[in-house]
Amino acid sequence: MSTTTVQKTATKEGEDWQPLIITFCCNWCSYAGADLAGVSRLQMPTNFRVIRTMCSARVDPEFVLRAFSKGADGVLVLGCHPADCHYIGGNYRTRRRIALLRMLLEQYGFDPDRLKLEWVSASEGPKFQQTITDFVKEIKEIGPNPLKEDQVEEH
Amino acid sequence: MAKIKIAQYWGAGCGGCDVALLDIDEKILGVAEIADIAFWPIAVDTKLKDVEAMPDGYITATLYNGAIRNSENEHVAKLLRKKSAIIVSFGSCACYGGVPGLANLTSAKEVLEYVYTKTPSSDQQGAKDPVFPQHETHTKYGDLELPVLYNTVKTLDQVIDVDYYMPGCPPTTNLINQFLGIVENHVKNGAPLPPKGAMIASNKTLCDECTRKKTVKQIDAVHSAFEVDIDPQKCMLEQGVICLGPATRAGCGAKCLEGNQPCRGCMGPTDQVQDQGGSMLSALASIYKVQDKETQMSEEDILKIMTQVKDPMGTFYCYTMPKSIIKRSVKERPRVKKEAAP
Repeated sequence: MSTTTVQKTATKEGEDWQPLIITFCCNWCSYAGADLAGVSRLQMPTNFRVIRTMCSARVDPEFVLRAFSKGADGVLVLGCHPADCHYIGGNYRTRRRIALLRMLLEQYGFDPDRLKLEWVSASEGPKFQQTITDFVKEIKEIGPNPLKEDQVEEH
Repeated sequence: MAKIKIAQYWGAGCGGCDVALLDIDEKILGVAEIADIAFWPIAVDTKLKDVEAMPDGYITATLYNGAIRNSENEHVAKLLRKKSAIIVSFGSCACYGGVPGLANLTSAKEVLEYVYTKTPSSDQQGAKDPVFPQHETHTKYGDLELPVLYNTVKTLDQVIDVDYYMPGCPPTTNLINQFLGIVENHVKNGAPLPPKGAMIASNKTLCDECTRKKTVKQIDAVHSAFEVDIDPQKCMLEQGVICLGPATRAGCGAKCLEGNQPCRGCMGPTDQVQDQGGSMLSALASIYKVQDKETQMSEEDILKIMTQVKDPMGTFYCYTMPKSIIKRSVKERPRVKKEAAP
């Protein structure tokens, strides 16, 4: 999906505004969980785009910041449950990073709930469905990404 | 041989960069040998109208320091671009926004309101009808004009085309000498100039240049530099002091670390990274020790550990906010509670 389409979808106001959510899934647990949700035909909102990374710790804070700067309304990072990381301790790094990144987003003025970390294992298709459904609902309450609204005029 | 013309100008900066140029000691004589000063408000008395009268491209090299924060900064930057063959973005403020760039967390209106009505030294504290600086003031002696303060602090290259970058707060003498050497060699021997957009600094991180002993990084807590006795031989981060070395470009010679102070990141990120703050945030979060009871820890427990970092923005983006990915603060609208879909 090109950047322009992303912005078109996301700047629409009112009832028909649909949030755009970037979901980072780790290769070993969450991506398989998302796959399971898919093959099980579990119904969920379609506002999210999945980006697969080898580990949730591969999600550089820069990826998240870039997603917001390009118009994403929410970013969801999914990884293996504690003690289940394929790389032993990747998810422990992730949870520290995301906690700090949420503090940073708050200082920028963003609602920190636009960034969420959740653990989804390969067998948790229904949890994937639930996480997406809840997150989309929450982002709809928070509203469109303020970066696109140009509330502060340039000069 | 005709002398080349150099200029230096300050935008939103502190003047430290101007002094840094004088700080190269006797080498300044070498500069005087090959160059005339065409424009340098802090040192010589050339007026802006004299610059306006110069033919385009008259100045060989302009060192512009300071960020772009008001209409005057922008006007002079555009004027100097027209009159100069080479523009060097000089110092952290011009390259990355620098400390003035942190004003992007607020707006021009809030800055003026605070300075003119809320600072303890202000006469207008609690005044009913406070006076603010205006762009235009009409008096019986004539009209007066002040530059307009912008909401968003910008870097020099966000306003004009820049040829070279020299970061640092201020750029260290070895970087300035390196650049002057290049220019001198070009003028005297016709040696080629570096490619456009070149960064006059190293492209490795500061840790590469730092001579402290580095072993395994595992910390329980972070401390401010004044709270602990810092071992001058050992890596700052290993002692729990936040040092931006891993996310910062080398080239300064790790002078702060020689003085037993942590790096605060004035050299900006390396070419491979766009967001210095994000890069440092990632590095710092990774060196926190994984605890034995990690699997039982909730996200709140983790947040408790991470809130030891008191001011992530001021720590990680001290010099680079206008050049970061998000660039300035945003304002959320209030949340709208919605009923669950049937």
